[in-house]
Amino acid sequence: MERPLTQHINFNRSSLNLKDYQSVGGYQAVEKALTSMAPGDITKMVIEADLKGRGGAGFSTGTKWSFVPMNTLGQTKYLIANADEMEPGTFKDRMLLEGNPHQLIEGMIVAAYAIQANISYVFLRWAYKKAAWLIKHAIEEAYTAGYLGKNILGSGFNLEMHLHTGIGRYMCGEETALLNALEGKRATPRTKPPFPQVSGLFGKPTIVNNVETLCNIPHIVNHGADWFKDLSPGSDAGTKIYGISGRVNKPGLWELPMGTTVRELLETHAGGMKKGVSFRAVLPGGASTDFLVEEHLDVKMDYKSIAAAGSRLGTGTMIVLDDQTCPVGFIHNLEHFFAQESCGWCTPCREGLPWTEKILLSIENGTGRPEDLELLEMHTKHLGPGNTFCALAPGAMEPLQSGLKYFRADFEKHIKEKKCPWR
Amino acid sequence: MLSTDEIRRIDHEIALVPVRKAASIEALKIVQHHRGWISDESLQAIAAHLGMSAEELDSVATFYNLIFRKPVGRNIILLCDSISCYVMGYEQIYTHLQALLHIKFGETTPDDRFTLLPNPCLGSCDHAPVLMINQDTYRDLTTEKLQEILKEYK
Ligand SMILES: Cc1cc2nc3c(=O)[nH]c(=O)nc-3n(C[C@H](O)[C@H](O)[C@H](O)COP(=O)(O)O)c2cc1C
Ligand code: SF4
Ligand code: FES
Repeated sequence: MERPLTQHINFNRSSLNLKDYQSVGGYQAVEKALTSMAPGDITKMVIEADLKGRGGAGFSTGTKWSFVPMNTLGQTKYLIANADEMEPGTFKDRMLLEGNPHQLIEGMIVAAYAIQANISYVFLRWAYKKAAWLIKHAIEEAYTAGYLGKNILGSGFNLEMHLHTGIGRYMCGEETALLNALEGKRATPRTKPPFPQVSGLFGKPTIVNNVETLCNIPHIVNHGADWFKDLSPGSDAGTKIYGISGRVNKPGLWELPMGTTVRELLETHAGGMKKGVSFRAVLPGGASTDFLVEEHLDVKMDYKSIAAAGSRLGTGTMIVLDDQTCPVGFIHNLEHFFAQESCGWCTPCREGLPWTEKILLSIENGTGRPEDLELLEMHTKHLGPGNTFCALAPGAMEPLQSGLKYFRADFEKHIKEKKCPWR
Repeated sequence: MLSTDEIRRIDHEIALVPVRKAASIEALKIVQHHRGWISDESLQAIAAHLGMSAEELDSVATFYNLIFRKPVGRNIILLCDSISCYVMGYEQIYTHLQALLHIKFGETTPDDRFTLLPNPCLGSCDHAPVLMINQDTYRDLTTEKLQEILKEYK
């Protein structure tokens, strides 16, 4: 089984420096792309490989690139790696950043070449101190080796790369809010259209891609679209970095073929539930995805299969809810996060999330009323897709709406007994 | 008044962006790094240097979780209160921290040694519960480990 993204990552050794990376074939994709491929060929290859964005929304990466205007000689364009990872329960990009920073840089150079961008940023979460140090150092090494800067490998292509570390706000990960943050503003989202591909950072064409998405690029260029598709037996191409946290025996991260089942992840890789607790449900792709329960254990973790089961692949990092943890408290914790991180730009989210949080807290504390469940149901509609300015609020409603469905009896028990049965 | 060192570092950031204002977050970070927090005086000085109003800069400063508009202690403890840490028992860690330091979230010890803050997911969910003190991350926390960890910070 091939693990292109993590094959050289070994946390018992230190992270790969430039020499290590080159010795395992690093920067061959830059050489190949810049010296023998036209920018449009790379975009075409990435479309054919059917690489979908690993940042949560799952949009075709090559198609996204194809919206960037290309007859733009001399015009500034930007490429941005979204390394803001702040979705609760998500810790996959950290491994790629700390384990093999040059792989990301190489992916960024090839992506920038494909869209002919000459300035690039790594937008990194402040909490990732070690990654910040490693990336900064790796960027310096790449400049010294001539992979960044002017006339890279004699190709005539120029690219600058900067590291930007944020100062903490979930919204910085939303791609148009990220652009505002990079411009030194509040991280509120922008109206689309215009899409960033046409008018992004400082009004220039811009592509924002997730770290894991970009790390796939060198491998696709080296081995081709068919190889990438064949990595997975299922309907979605490539591998995926899956993760599990919660009360399991071996929480962690694993790179596996796209479409690995929830059961295999839980039982084989995470070693099953800890002694004395049993499985109740899982958020398959981070805090803003719908719960899956026992009957879904054999669902394949790919975009289509999870959607058919009523949830989303999201970031592919799962959080397990066990029988010793109160589902109401669990959902309250999620909504507290979303209410706190709401940017306040649009009314349903700014008003609705704190209200949701309050209702959940009162139910958890034993002062909930039967009609509160209808109020919560109402919020899942009012804050759902199409009613808010960005995807934060609809994402926040996913665990709530599925929680109300699967844990109805637990909600009712809190209200009836006027206390949390778990406390 | 900004120090010459602060101005030098802010100007370096300004040179990287097409408009001065775009360096606002970097400038806030630089000044906070030197002074620990952003007072009204600091805010006004940075705003003047960037050619924007203090109000506009304040709207940026207050938007982000880690720009401090109030004085903080010498060491900042950020305890993750997000979902994986909730499942793995961050609440016990919080109770224990309160007992050790006699402060709640949002407070600073009287000797200015520690400020304690809740923080969303720190990206180490497979090693929950997790906290950070200044630059350092501590994972797989237990109440027993806390006292040893705190000793390192004066
Ligand atoms: C509130 C919110 C937070 C987000 N945070 C992140 C993030 O931390 N990292 C990320 O890659 N994408 C995040 N996204 C998704 C981005 O908006 C965007 O879709 C993604 O970076 C595109 O990259 P991709 O196509 O490679 O997945 C977030 C979206 C929303 C609505
Ligand atoms: S949905 Fe929430 S986070 Fe998104 S723009 Fe509206 S207020 Fe801001
Ligand atoms: S939820 Fe605490 S580190 Fe992710």
